[in-house]
This record gives sequence, structure tokens and C-alpha cells, in this order.
Amino acid sequence: MKKSLVIVCPLLAAIFALASDQPAVRVEPTGSVGPRPLEKQTEAAVIRDYLQAWSSLGNAFEQNRADLLDQDFTGSAREKLAGTIREQIKLGMSTRYRASAHDLQLVFYSPEGLSIQLVDTVECDVQILDGEKALTTQHVRARYVAVLTPTEVQWKVRVFQAEPN
Amino acid sequence: MKLTLTFLLGGLTLAAMPFALAQSGSMLLPVAAEADSAISIQSVGSGKAILYVVGPGQVLRRNVQLGETTFFGPGELYNAGHYVAVLVGDSSTESGGFDVIAAQPATLSFLAKPSRLPVDLPDGISGVVYVFDKFQNLVLAPTPVSFQLSGLADTAGTRTAVTRNGVAWTKMNSAAKEGAVQFVARVGDAVGTRVIQQVPGDPCHLRMSAKPLGQRLAVETEPVRDCRGNALPDGTIVTFTETYDGGASTVDVPIKRGIAQTDMPAYGGAKISVAMGVFVGNEIRWGNER
Repeated sequence: MKKSLVIVCPLLAAIFALASDQPAVRVEPTGSVGPRPLEKQTEAAVIRDYLQAWSSLGNAFEQNRADLLDQDFTGSAREKLAGTIREQIKLGMSTRYRASAHDLQLVFYSPEGLSIQLVDTVECDVQILDGEKALTTQHVRARYVAVLTPTEVQWKVRVFQAEPN
Repeated sequence: MKLTLTFLLGGLTLAAMPFALAQSGSMLLPVAAEADSAISIQSVGSGKAILYVVGPGQVLRRNVQLGETTFFGPGELYNAGHYVAVLVGDSSTESGGFDVIAAQPATLSFLAKPSRLPVDLPDGISGVVYVFDKFQNLVLAPTPVSFQLSGLADTAGTRTAVTRNGVAWTKMNSAAKEGAVQFVARVGDAVGTRVIQQVPGDPCHLRMSAKPLGQRLAVETEPVRDCRGNALPDGTIVTFTETYDGGASTVDVPIKRGIAQTDMPAYGGAKISVAMGVFVGNEIRWGNER
């Protein structure tokens, strides 16, 4: 009985890991991030909110609902992403972004604490749909640069931009 | 005629493209293109197809003729980021990726702190600049940013910092003289200016004198200045305290025209002291003890 449990548990764990669809997250050790020291608590909050932003982005682009961005994006990042969703609606398209891995590093924390910057080498599958028809799924590895700013209760993504690897 | 002109312009655009092209199946894609430049995607084969260009920053769809080149004019694909190009023909689907990078710096997001600080404070002023192009793309290529403090005789300080991931920062000293200074960040023609008020620091010394005024005592400070000789601003509170026979009375007086003055009861043997916050001045003992 015990033996079968030992075998079943890793199997269940693997099944849950697959079912949860959560990306693997790796955080590079944070060295100097510029003029302001970064507390562990702040670092954890920024990473949590950034990953949540990716999840919101995925839902917003799949459902063509720009309002789903409001919780996690602000400023030009929100405007640009919402603009793309408007284009998708106009063209009758949608996109599924499924991140499978994030390799994160916090690189800059401004002296007054009003902005924090991170880079993220992200692995994701991008599925493009025209109407109901899936055109293609591409595996993309891109390096994203994001700038987050604090709001009343969380950090929001203000700049969100991929650059050539 | 129109067709010839289109081909001619297209050919010129393609020739002017500074970036390499990458073959992706039946498509020839740019490896990276600047947001402000024209982009062309070459296809092979024959027949009709639909070309999709998809990224978080933009989505475009074009009906194309296979074997021809599809042009996107300058500024048409303007949001920097990674894009997936998909070419859907009758019998096949090809896809590939390419990047759009920011154009030349055009605007700055400049944050200067604080807006008010004491004179003569080392590294007291901080400036952070994010550099953007005209499409609000973060310019990620290393870019020198010049920071300058100006407006007062002894504030001609300039520092240059090179952006890393689109951001540059610096710290500068406040000047020895009080007054408003301009803190300017500059990248080419893009300029950001903030005004910083430098106020006198703590007083360097605080001295008062006392003289009889009828049944009372008139007390008055000398002009109150910081160690750089800047007069402390009117309204700054000076506290006079008189202790006598176990009793005490305190008067808070704002500085007016550089000095603080008031009158207090003239108790023989009273001890009068003066202070500004935690800075304590001299002490006077008045008359004979009763």
C-alpha cells in the first residue's frame, strides 16, 4: 500500500503541475539595482505583480477584453496593449499567449522608489486565431523589459517591451 | 504608371533598409527594423494569401499576392517588440518572427527629487531619465544623457550618464547659495526641465540679546543665517524660553526680516534661552536673583 502511494504521489504531482499550467519562474540573484537598496519584500511584490500582469495579458488577448488589463497595466503599456486588442476585435482575431518560463532579473530601482525595472527572458507559445480558426502556434523566446510603478496597493506595469535577444 | 511607381518606391525602401533579412520558409523577413522605418516582407510562390503580423504591440493583416513584396510604410508598424509573421496561402501556412526596435530618442520621462532641499547637501538631488522615441517606445540602445544644474552662480554642474535598458540616473550636490535652480536633462533635442528650490540649511549660530522695556524685557536675535551665510526664511520659528523661580514661559516667534524678537516678563534672576528646533543658541541671565 505504502509503495503504491510513493509511486502515485509523484504522478499526481506531475499531473497537477501540467494541469496548473503555471510557468516556471527563475529569479536571477539581485545585485546592485542602482541608487536605492531593494528590500526582499519589495522584490517579491514586484515579481508577483509582474507575473500576474502576464496572466492578465493572456486573458485579455484571448478574450479580446481590454478591461482585463486595468488591474495590472497602466500608462503607455496599457494604452498600447488595449490598442492591439481593439485592432484584434476589428480584424476578428484573437491571440493566445501561454508563457512557459520566465527568467527574471530586477535591474533598476529609482532613488525615490517610484519605478522599478526588470528584464525577463520569457518562453511562450503564441497561438494566432482568425475567428475560430487557429492559424499557427509559434514558440517564442523573447527578452522583455518592463518598468513598474507603485499604485495604492500594488505595482503596475507602465512600460512593457520586447527587444531582440 | 502607378504600379511602376510603387515598385520603384518599394525597391528604394528595401535598398535603404539597414537591417538584415532572414529567410523563414517562403518568407523573407527583416531580422530587426526600426519603428520609424519601412518594412518589407518578401514571399515566394504564386496565388493569393493573407499575411498576419502579430505582437502584443500591434496586429496587422494584409491580403497579398505570393511572390511579391509586401511593404509597411514608415511608422505603420511603430510599436517596438517581437512580432510573429504568418503567411496563410491556399495550401500552406508559413510563419516566422522579427523584431521592431525603438526609433531615435524624442521624449524624456524625467523625474527629479526632491523639489525642495537645503543648500550644500552632497548628492542631495537625484534625477532619473527614461528615454523614449516619438512612438513612446523605450529606447534600449545605450544613449548618453546630460544632466545639468543651472540658475545660480555656483551651480554650473554637468554630468553625463549613459542609459542602460533605457534608463539613466545621477545624483548631484545642492549649491551653497539658496534660490531656485533648473535641473535639466538632455538627449539631443529632447529636453526635460525641473525647478528645484534650494533653501538655507540649519542655522550656523543663534545669538540673542536682551534689554529692558519698561517692566518687561525685549529679546532679539542677531540675523539668523546658515553656515553659508544664507538668511533663514521669514516664518521660521524661533523659541525663547524664560525660567524663573521654578516657573517657565515659552514664546514661539517667527523670523521677520531675518531676525526674531519679542518681549518677556523681566524677573530678576531669570534665565532666558533661545532655540530653533533642536539647535540651541545662547543663554542670558537677567538682573539679580530675588
